[in-house]
Amino acid sequence: MACTCGGHNEALFAQLDEVIEQHKDMRGSLISVLHKAQGIFGYLPEEVQAYIAEKMDVPLSEIYGVVTFYALFTMKKKGKYTFNVCLGTACYVKGSGKLLDKLQEELGIGVGETTEDGLFTIEACRCVGACGLAPVVTVNDKVHGHLKPEDITKMIADIRAAEQN
Amino acid sequence: MSKIASFEELKALQAEERAKIAVRDGQAPNPANLAKHHVLVCAGTGCSSSDSMEVMAALEKQLAEAGLSAEIDVVKTGCFGFCSLGPIMVVYPEGTFYTHVKVSDVPEIVESHFKSGQLVERLLYEVPGTGTKATDMSSIPFFQKQKRVALRNCGTINPENIGEAIAHGAYQGLGKALTSMTPAEVVAEVEKSGIRGRGGAGFPTGKKWKFAAGYQSDEKYVVVNADEGDPGAFMDRSILEGDPHSILEAMAIGGYAIGAHHGFIYVRAEYPIAVGRLEVAIAQAREAGLLGKDIMGTGFDFDVDIRLGAGAFVCGEETALLTSVEGKRGEPRPRPPFPAEKGLWNVPTFVNNVETLANIPVIFTEGAEAFASVGTAGSKGTKVFAMAGKVNNIGLVEVPMGTTLREMIYDIGGGIPDGKAFKAAQTGGPSGGCLPASALDTEIDFDTLVAAGSMMGSGGLIVLDETTCMVDIAKFYLEFTQDESCGKCPPCRIGTKRMLEILDKITLGEGTMEDIANLETLAKTISTSALCALGQTAPNPILATLKFFREEYEAHIVDKKCPAGVCKKLLQYSIDADKCKGCTLCARNCPVGAISGTVKEPHKIDTSKCIKCGACMEKCKFGAISRG
Amino acid sequence: MEMVNVIIDGVSVQVEKGSTILQAAQKAGINIPTLCYLKDVNQIGACRVCLVEVKGAKALQPSCVYPVSEGLEVMTNTAKVREARKGVVELLLSNHPADCLNCVRSGNCELQNLAHQMGIRKNRFSGEQSTFPIDERSAAIVRDPNKCVYCRRCEAVCSKVQGVSILGGIGRGFNSTVGPAFGHALDDINCSLCGQCINVCPVGALTEKDDTQKVWDALADDSKHVVVQFSPAVRVAISEEFGLPAGTISTGKLVAALRRMGFNKVFDTNWSADLTIMEEGNELLHRLQNGGTLPMITSCSPGWVKYCENHFPGELDHLSSAKSPQQMFGAMVKTYYPQTDGLNAADIYSVSIMPCTAKKFEAARPEMNSSGYQDVDAVITVREIARMIKQAGIDFANLPDEECDAPMGVGTGAATIFGTTGGVMEAALRTVYEVVVGKELPKLELEEVRGTMGEIKEATIDLNGTPVKVAVVNTLARAKEIMKQVEAGTADYTFIEIMACPNGCVGGGGTPIVDALTRTLMDEDYRALRAKGLYNDDANLPIRKSHENPFIKAAYENFLGEPLGHKAHELLHTHYTPRKKYNTECDK
Repeated sequence: MACTCGGHNEALFAQLDEVIEQHKDMRGSLISVLHKAQGIFGYLPEEVQAYIAEKMDVPLSEIYGVVTFYALFTMKKKGKYTFNVCLGTACYVKGSGKLLDKLQEELGIGVGETTEDGLFTIEACRCVGACGLAPVVTVNDKVHGHLKPEDITKMIADIRAAEQN
Repeated sequence: MSKIASFEELKALQAEERAKIAVRDGQAPNPANLAKHHVLVCAGTGCSSSDSMEVMAALEKQLAEAGLSAEIDVVKTGCFGFCSLGPIMVVYPEGTFYTHVKVSDVPEIVESHFKSGQLVERLLYEVPGTGTKATDMSSIPFFQKQKRVALRNCGTINPENIGEAIAHGAYQGLGKALTSMTPAEVVAEVEKSGIRGRGGAGFPTGKKWKFAAGYQSDEKYVVVNADEGDPGAFMDRSILEGDPHSILEAMAIGGYAIGAHHGFIYVRAEYPIAVGRLEVAIAQAREAGLLGKDIMGTGFDFDVDIRLGAGAFVCGEETALLTSVEGKRGEPRPRPPFPAEKGLWNVPTFVNNVETLANIPVIFTEGAEAFASVGTAGSKGTKVFAMAGKVNNIGLVEVPMGTTLREMIYDIGGGIPDGKAFKAAQTGGPSGGCLPASALDTEIDFDTLVAAGSMMGSGGLIVLDETTCMVDIAKFYLEFTQDESCGKCPPCRIGTKRMLEILDKITLGEGTMEDIANLETLAKTISTSALCALGQTAPNPILATLKFFREEYEAHIVDKKCPAGVCKKLLQYSIDADKCKGCTLCARNCPVGAISGTVKEPHKIDTSKCIKCGACMEKCKFGAISRG
Repeated sequence: MEMVNVIIDGVSVQVEKGSTILQAAQKAGINIPTLCYLKDVNQIGACRVCLVEVKGAKALQPSCVYPVSEGLEVMTNTAKVREARKGVVELLLSNHPADCLNCVRSGNCELQNLAHQMGIRKNRFSGEQSTFPIDERSAAIVRDPNKCVYCRRCEAVCSKVQGVSILGGIGRGFNSTVGPAFGHALDDINCSLCGQCINVCPVGALTEKDDTQKVWDALADDSKHVVVQFSPAVRVAISEEFGLPAGTISTGKLVAALRRMGFNKVFDTNWSADLTIMEEGNELLHRLQNGGTLPMITSCSPGWVKYCENHFPGELDHLSSAKSPQQMFGAMVKTYYPQTDGLNAADIYSVSIMPCTAKKFEAARPEMNSSGYQDVDAVITVREIARMIKQAGIDFANLPDEECDAPMGVGTGAATIFGTTGGVMEAALRTVYEVVVGKELPKLELEEVRGTMGEIKEATIDLNGTPVKVAVVNTLARAKEIMKQVEAGTADYTFIEIMACPNGCVGGGGTPIVDALTRTLMDEDYRALRAKGLYNDDANLPIRKSHENPFIKAAYENFLGEPLGHKAHELLHTHYTPRKKYNTECDK
């Protein structure tokens, strides 16, 4: 298995130290710390989890268990643009499944995967709460509503074009 | 805001604050040097998603440029409920209700509305079937049958300004409870109101409080379940975004009732706006002495912390939620012992849902009897529904318990779009069921929904029309529960997988009649043996669709057809030679070149090549292409 | 104790308040089936096999966690209950490899028993099965997550009893499993390889690395001179594999069986346990007299040693440098023994039968080759040797008693109690006291250090006016407590015995598996019974002090020289390796 931590980034680990320090008197703080750690590193590679285990004196298996239990935690580095397709009921009955199919077809990757060029990640989520705009897809947290499959094609093409310039 | 030292001070402050926003009650500002207009812009997630905050910024900028800043206050507010019209903006004192407001509309609003006193007609809502424009909310049918209790302050106040909340009565219930009632009387008042939990099963809230109050412990907790997981329900989020103080107040009342001094709000990390508003509200409440030590000089201490979820539906189950607050894998634990006895960190705890708590202060300001005067015999008060799907008016709807589905879908929801026929209403999310047209006149409350084969759940109401395949919908929900199963108990971990596999088989046209029997056996095993409510109710979408739409299952299995035309494997597209004009549009739009034919001659589809995308049918102008 | 009245299937019983329905039912003569439940270890109500109907409750309730209250009425055998339990077991089976015929746990599998008990002849449910990689990378433990029923008993024993939390729940839903973080190999991480997880696994998801074929191959190889040692605890633990009551000493039968299997020489680890006392006892005296690192801590439990290397790498100086009896035996059997018998050391194949899985790792340590060869060639657990004896068709229970071979086949009573917590301490003090004070301990049985599961025992011995405070610890959770004191410098002990497993080696990860129901129904813990057996063995042996073992004296006189001498140091002492607590892919 290749190392995924991208090298030991001292500055980021210093930030993590600060977070752990802030939470040291908080009961049951593991999930809060992991949220912050993911905010710092963008994801939760093995090294970050082991670091937290050591510093917080929580068994590593417990941390890994928590990371793999909750959908929002990830051990994979994400692409520059994360497309998150809402699969809430309101969006689903309005065809968000087709948007997801289209995305996968256009990008050639599955849900939870990132394109080789590191540009795109596809995710699916349960209700972003913009049911009035169904079906919606968020791109890096910006909501795009009332989408049709052909809009997906255009969105991807636009990003690619912008990236090339 | 300085610390409020007594309940009397709070009462005085309410009058003072209310006067400041008298414009929104249609009155002149008091003192008179305050702004003459208030523009309330929805800052809920729905409207924010369609750039309401950009609209607000543009409006502020333009008003400043026009020198109108002192005269017109632009205020962010919570959800109005009519989300499909977003972004929404309301101008007071006139009450003008502007819809679909874009940044590009702002100059016209400033010029026309504020400078010339002319309404911007094109941004007003047209009342369907009348051709008339609604100038304010009271003339919009969507709002007419609603009764807003839990949502009372959403769209009315700035949720980030505690003064406005106080103006609308925030913390009055708490003040009354702390200064004139014993904890036991507080519990009794909640019991008397008859309020039942709005999060799912409808357990009487007063009973929950009574149990938690009954266990002796130095340490107790109040926990708010804001892990709104039902995909398609967003009332809790809207309350947190629009009226966070109602929750803080209710928590403190609950804390006083059971003897707890600390509360946790467990909120989905997917709700950043709600979290931000809560943080602001907690800070403001602490500053005002409405949270923290010696609240309003009564000697009662209570404080609140926020804990974020991390994406697990099962954490909406109260024991799983508590485990998650403790920082662990959100796996449910068997009950008994109930949280009232051994909850968070094994001490007495009650867990209430957001919408439930939003009602609590009203019970104390208006009285339990007034609260109980609304609703049905077994279900008191109002209920917020998140209405979405194949319905014209999408949004949050709060109605008295006992309102019929027909009233909700047709009177409030404006019926089904595109002249399609109603097929079913899905309530209760993944734990609920579907109600067919024959149930449209059922008066909706906790008990009638269960009797009709569904459940209230948290109040998701998804309208399905004739183009929805009920087997596919059952599969959708099973995919959800299977994906969200925590895995702790075998019935849910393996059973939901087995049910999903069978549904998959059926939608692929590979099902047998034995599969239906197996589904029923599995459903029974899972519902009787699963550890928590997520597992126990996981078969509900299958049981309900089998009950009301069994013929659709049979069509998939026996006729190898999907009547709604959804299950791709079972579709066949064909061209009616009599209707086809040979325009070639279909052939040109077919992504796989499955359509052949010469110009002005009827075309043909090669079914072996067809990928059933439906593009040809969408493009055909002559209705010559059919699916069957 | 407050008692409450409950009605189980119409039968009134009185039980202690706070009991579970499961316990109450046992009192009413009903054994409710269970799977995830394990007395004193795991009560989580997860598996749904023990469901019962409680009058007044809508849903079926898990009897293993449901507390009884006055007047509670329970039905354990209604149609609804039976159907639900059966459905649950069928679901479990639908995601379980149907390879019972090839599974090492066949015949001793709680899932198989349940399927049989529920009368499942045809499974109504089928579908996709889990396809996790099988982890065979460890020298000691094999994990097959595809057989895992997610009962979490291993997770519970690992965290609650051992306090190491190597195994934990991973993922969720259908993909849930139990394993170490990131799926790393157990040998590479801070796992002690104690094997307690195997002892509690109801199925074949956790098993010892099977080395029986290696042993059969050696026995079949005429060029090999195959010798075997068996540890103190083995002589008692083996009995249960052959239907004898827990605590029965079967030394003679085991020797007879091993001889019939074709081992050239049958020796006894008790011999090298006595040797260990000579070295370790003298090391303690040396440390006391020369200002060495104290407290000194025993090093014969390889699970404990690896734990210390991973979790307290800065405290390794406290560990006695004396090798464990297994490894002393290994070094001696390829150096000393060939001299006495005129054999070529290269031809010797040394097999060790242990109650322990970590011993497999210990034997495979690179430094364990002081004989010039790998000192111990194969380590097999009690379970493995039992399987081999069964394969050989040997009627164990009816074998005559036989004696071990000379010169490494005789041990003392002091050696035999090595197999239980406190035994090494007691054995060491019997010798050290006599060496220092010049006379026998006033009472050979040092009751103060004879502990039970998870207990920390303390005693102070007067060595000619010098009070020597000792502690005895079993389970790693308790070891952690003591080690925190050692680390902080607050442990005012001279000598500490630490055993990784509950009750010491008699509770080892390589001993016979005792299923959940048997554990529940036994009046006395099976490990305590095994320990009693060893204490009886000690009492019945003619020599009860290591330094009086004539074969040990002979070994020093004819080969080793003095304890702690040059040769002894070379062959009988070792060093330890500091290891990181957590390794990540970045460390590779």
